[in-house]
Amino acid sequence: MIKKWVQRFYLFLIILFLYAPIGTLIVLSFNNSRTSVKWGGFSLKWYQQLFESKTILAALGNTLLLALLSAIFATILGTLAAIAIYHMKKRRQSICMSIVNIPMLNAEIVTGIAFMLLFISVGNLLSIFGIHFEMGFGTVLIGHITFNLPYVVLSVMPKLKQLNLSMYEAALDLGAGEGQAFFRIVLPDIMPGVLSGFLLSFTMSLDDFVITHFVKGLGADTLSTLIYSELRKGIKPEMYALSTIMFLAVFVVLLLVNLSPQKHIKEEQHR
Amino acid sequence: MYKKSLSYPYLVWAAAFIIIPLLFIVYYGLTDRSGAFTLENLMAIATAEHSKALFLSLLLSLVSTAICLLLAYPLALILSNSKLGRSGFIIFLFILPMWMNFLLRTLAWVVLLDTNGVLDTLFKTLGLPRFKIINTPAAIVFGMVYDFLPFMILPIYNVISKIDINVINAARDLGANSFQTLYKVIFPLSLPGVISGITMVFVPSLTTFVISTLLGGGKILLIGNVIEQEFMKGTSWHVGSGLSLVLMLFIIISMVLSSKYDNGEGNVL
Repeated sequence: MIKKWVQRFYLFLIILFLYAPIGTLIVLSFNNSRTSVKWGGFSLKWYQQLFESKTILAALGNTLLLALLSAIFATILGTLAAIAIYHMKKRRQSICMSIVNIPMLNAEIVTGIAFMLLFISVGNLLSIFGIHFEMGFGTVLIGHITFNLPYVVLSVMPKLKQLNLSMYEAALDLGAGEGQAFFRIVLPDIMPGVLSGFLLSFTMSLDDFVITHFVKGLGADTLSTLIYSELRKGIKPEMYALSTIMFLAVFVVLLLVNLSPQKHIKEEQHR
Repeated sequence: MYKKSLSYPYLVWAAAFIIIPLLFIVYYGLTDRSGAFTLENLMAIATAEHSKALFLSLLLSLVSTAICLLLAYPLALILSNSKLGRSGFIIFLFILPMWMNFLLRTLAWVVLLDTNGVLDTLFKTLGLPRFKIINTPAAIVFGMVYDFLPFMILPIYNVISKIDINVINAARDLGANSFQTLYKVIFPLSLPGVISGITMVFVPSLTTFVISTLLGGGKILLIGNVIEQEFMKGTSWHVGSGLSLVLMLFIIISMVLSSKYDNGEGNVL
């Protein structure tokens, strides 16, 4: 009994530790005073001003668009790669998996500067031919797709391993084309992995700062880089309001998904 | 479906955006401005300022990795024994904070750790010693533990929750007490997760420049800060690349160590 309470208390402390800063930011978003040190009374004014701030809204647009596009591309590319790697011979498979893992295991700063050197060199090369190339939204997108890839491959791979190959072969025997067999037999089976890869990619892209910092060039601020550039002047409280909205929105969605009775039934069936 | 051509788009992408960029760092790190081969950029690590930054980074990242391990292991045990772990709760716990911007989350610790901040005031009212760690290496360790703790919890939890319950029951039947079961059965079996967690925390802690900028008050330079400045303040890309190569040496060492133990079970996903 005591053991159970100690365990509960420990779990509570860790959750408190992980969520204390989030609670702080939510409280600050309702703080009437501009400084984060003093509590100046409850106010919704930052929420109001948020929707008037063009820079923040533009950065939000960039961030969401990047997350969406990079997640879509990474999911397609990564799923195809996972299927191909899964069917490789042992040795090639392990080489490919090491390459897949590089962007995830390597330090973000190294990945970031490596991209920066690549893009600047490509820019210099192209300028010889009179083509103008600068870092911006496109280069950030390439960066995000690249670091999202391992998350997709690693979430699709286990589902492929569970796949029953006879089903696919049966479909072919019964006259389905390869494409048909893939879309109607294989894809539905690996869909949970594909979806979780997509969601992970979206979240990773949303939360990224370091790689964006190095490849964004002069344009294309995301929320992260905008916050970083505001560090000296002090963070605008509108940012707190925006992150509170984003956090609560996702909190509600995830809560609904987790609590929906249907999912539990499905999980039971899977076991 | 089994056509080899499916892998081509990925392989082209990986070559262009994973392998070639890394070769650029190697090239810049080993040449000077005129393009001639040199080892000077690597030797730049030996200057007093740089070696001090590297040493401090190693120290702080080792300390925060150790703290993460000590915090995460009991938690992984608790979660794997409870229903919470199974219901996707742990993924929920881990993914959700990411929707609050990483920089803001870390910045919030400034408010909490500041002199006369929330924790300091709390300590003062309770009559405890004052809590003044902002702008010190301790605050940076605090931030590292906060930011990377989930990367330690997840792999350990994944491995522990897959341990066959019969193995544990057998240990009990053969007379092992709880501590012996933990020390002789569960811990050795969880080693792949532990190793994978250690790399997942150690590498980002060693190379961070954001946490030290935000919580160190801009006065404490880690090796990540040095490299970032070489690139973004326009001092020298060659020196920056050379220092990155030195840093990659440590990353590769920790990756090789982890792949020795890793059989895929310790993966985050």
